[in-house]
Amino acid sequence: MRPLRYDITYMETPALVARDLSCIRGKQTLFQNIDLQLDAGQWLYLQGENGAGKTSLLRILAGLTLPADGEVLWQGTPISEQRSQHYQDLLYIGHHAGLKEDLTLTENLQAQCRMDGLRVSEADIRDALTRMGLAKRQHLPARVLSAGQKRRGLLARALLRPAKLWILDEPFNALDVNAIADVQNLLKAHLAQGGMLVLTSHQTPDLGTDARGFVLNLSGSR
Amino acid sequence: MPVLSAYFAALHRDLLLVMRRKTEVLTALFFFVIVTTLLPLGIGPEPDLLRKIAPGAMWIAALLATLLGLQRLFAADYADGTLEQMVLSPEPLSILVAGKITAHWLVCGLPLVLLAPVIGLQFDLPADAIGVLMLTLLIGTPLLSLLGAIGAALTLGARGSALLVSLLVLPLYIPTLIFGAGAVESYIAGLGAMGHFSLLGALLILAAAFAPWATTAALRISLE
Repeated sequence: MRPLRYDITYMETPALVARDLSCIRGKQTLFQNIDLQLDAGQWLYLQGENGAGKTSLLRILAGLTLPADGEVLWQGTPISEQRSQHYQDLLYIGHHAGLKEDLTLTENLQAQCRMDGLRVSEADIRDALTRMGLAKRQHLPARVLSAGQKRRGLLARALLRPAKLWILDEPFNALDVNAIADVQNLLKAHLAQGGMLVLTSHQTPDLGTDARGFVLNLSGSR
Repeated sequence: MPVLSAYFAALHRDLLLVMRRKTEVLTALFFFVIVTTLLPLGIGPEPDLLRKIAPGAMWIAALLATLLGLQRLFAADYADGTLEQMVLSPEPLSILVAGKITAHWLVCGLPLVLLAPVIGLQFDLPADAIGVLMLTLLIGTPLLSLLGAIGAALTLGARGSALLVSLLVLPLYIPTLIFGAGAVESYIAGLGAMGHFSLLGALLILAAAFAPWATTAALRISLE
């Protein structure tokens, strides 16, 4: 067994910190002065009506969009100064399909993982797709799959990539009841291992009582 | 080396996509062949005149054919969200972009070089001049892909981006056109083409060093 080693700085500073974030789209201020921090094993659930800025906040936390004001720190350092390290630890799944329609699920995941600098074998991908209930669909081009199957295929990335911070935009979209339960179990397992999770969803996620979580309602901050 | 494997992953992925959807590539090649075939037919059978316009005509056709594939270089990945995932890769984005540009050249540039001898015959170019033409295309077409990628990244997500790319990129192609077509002309005139080749080579090295980096910066802005 590998000995457990803890990085001291990692233990002392909260892993994800956002200070004084604000976001302006056009002339409209979506939100301002948002402070948040997330530690190992904690989750953050963003609520808010359509257009309240949930996706914008997720994109800011992922470093895809620059905030109008404020900064995001990952393990004590601003993310703009350590992009590669932040992305190493990050799994971001947006509301896009995120799959090439002409490639099979296996090819999609393989290309994605290799471009992320990961070495995954075909067996790993097969296992991940089997766990997401897509064993029989792994060699079909993504274009013939249903929206829910595409979503599950995309979430299979979570099984292939060791990332501490998961940022998921509407992960339960288009999923059926069983798949939602599967994904929730996946999220609980991730939190139990000390992972962090930020998500938006139109349905309140059931992430169990073991992990500590926060709810942030963006509608009120305007 | 992980960086190289990310480069080849992006290259492999784009080539695989091309294999699944061949029509897009064939359109550009067919365009090149048709334009360069129509010209001699339209101008008439005067070997001297044809020989004179051959380098310029073929280079202009090559510029336009490259442009056809450019709009889709990032637009398709942008639309389905895979570009966003590339930006979020821990590997440097410029490496992945370099892989995509290489794929674009292999698909839209290299075939033009290989077609050049056949097309050259239609213009009654002598064999050694065809050799020089192929060499200029071999150095010049990667340059077109590299410069074009910057334009494609800058116009990403803009309305009417197809037209914008042309307006943005074609002026950047002017030096390549001048030195590429000029090399063949001065070779035919007996002046030697070494100077043109040196300049084309210098441009290629410069573009190879800066274009992926500039494209990356443009992509990050477009994705915001």
